[in-house]
Amino acid sequence: MSEVRVLVGTRKGAFILSSDGRREKWDVSGPHFAGWEMYHLKGSPADPNRIYASQSSGWFGQLIQRSDDGGKTWNPVGNKFPYEGVPGTHQWYDGTPHPWEFKRVWHLEPSLTDPDTVYAGIEDAALFRSSDGGASWQEISGLRGHGSGPRWQPGAGGMCLHSILLDPGDPQRIFIAISAAGAFRTDDGGATWKPINQGLRSQYIPDPAAEVGHCVHHIAMHPSRPSVLFMQKHWDVMRSDNAGESWHEISGNLPTDFGFAIDVHAHEPDTLYVVPIKSDSEHFPPEGKLRVYRSRSGGNEWEPLTKGLPQSNCYVNVLRDAMAVDQLDQCGVYFGTTGGQVYASANAGDSWTPIVHDLPAVLSVEVQTLP
Amino acid sequence: MTGDRSGDRSRTTGDKTGAAVRLELPAHLRTLAQVEGEVCLRIDGPVTLTSVLNALEQLYPMLQGTIRDHATRQRRPFLRFFACEEDLSHDSPDAPLPDAVATGKEPLLVIGAIAGG
Repeated sequence: MSEVRVLVGTRKGAFILSSDGRREKWDVSGPHFAGWEMYHLKGSPADPNRIYASQSSGWFGQLIQRSDDGGKTWNPVGNKFPYEGVPGTHQWYDGTPHPWEFKRVWHLEPSLTDPDTVYAGIEDAALFRSSDGGASWQEISGLRGHGSGPRWQPGAGGMCLHSILLDPGDPQRIFIAISAAGAFRTDDGGATWKPINQGLRSQYIPDPAAEVGHCVHHIAMHPSRPSVLFMQKHWDVMRSDNAGESWHEISGNLPTDFGFAIDVHAHEPDTLYVVPIKSDSEHFPPEGKLRVYRSRSGGNEWEPLTKGLPQSNCYVNVLRDAMAVDQLDQCGVYFGTTGGQVYASANAGDSWTPIVHDLPAVLSVEVQTLP
Repeated sequence: MTGDRSGDRSRTTGDKTGAAVRLELPAHLRTLAQVEGEVCLRIDGPVTLTSVLNALEQLYPMLQGTIRDHATRQRRPFLRFFACEEDLSHDSPDAPLPDAVATGKEPLLVIGAIAGG
């Protein structure tokens, strides 16, 4: 029977939650790296025993950890992320130029085919790649170098490159997203990039339809249809049917279209999940009701999923990398909250149960489906 | 520089080829480096913050970047260097450390700032 392994990054360590395919009983391992901020952990699709983890601390900086045995043991690998050339400046919060400075790794995206190749999205926003299992990192400098970099600005959480989508049908094509610059695409393996933000509108920048400056919170795709992208923006849930060339809004009947997380059902490319959050100043669910919203029509029509989720006095947040799906026949959906709960649904969202209640604030959730 | 990565380092003394410096790391870095107690570092040449940290990072490469920034080589802002009841954090990293540190009589302490969290 298949197994699932849920990799959870929190403010104070990492946890690994394991279950068989029924997803009813869970083993909890952790905290790994106790006391450290674990922004993201992700396993290699090519070798599920290979897991990369981003470990950081305000005192001690950034580390990258690697496991070659499914998270049982870990070893620190390379933690040097040198910007290529003279880093230059981006915009600071007040619009003044600010030097590019490395702060942390937000997201690790292992290659779809090579366990030793992994991408890192960092703050201040840049994309790095390692081809030696994380021992060394090189910037894919065409992204920052394409011209708009001096106009990028940090969102409230920092100027982070938080989303990396690898196109399974075209190894030369990568999508990334940055808060608050927007989404970008390369079609040549990272040598050149273009902003893909046409159709986005953001009232918090001088030109609401500017080429860059949009606070994209997360982007997602279904691997069978990589030119269809979904986006949770600062406000607005968006969809592109042409690899980001243009976007249209699919917020539809959502109670609020602010939020962070968005994901796609493993087997239904038009089934989406979001967790609406009240507003940019009130980072909790509307009415104190934790509701995942599911669309089975690729957007616009949304249904609340509430069974098993708290429907009163709930004031947690669900962060951008804190939702994931498994690959089992009955698709499992998982998300973590800043209140330390990790909820699982073994029936595509129809009902939910907490795997754990009381972890530190959850920063990220990823799932591995094991044979 | 030579170092001792085995056994009890808490009272390792210097040898005749160079000074033996005792270094006390914060708990998280001891865990990362898989050491217990103090680290003993033998330094050839002047005993300075730079030479001590160079020796430490050579012996424990996983600590590179955790005490000094990779690019600037500056002390990370939430860390301090104490020794002999003095704060050495703002001294030149190339200034000689106190004799008591250089001879191993007193440890050099790497301290995480009290900054919540």
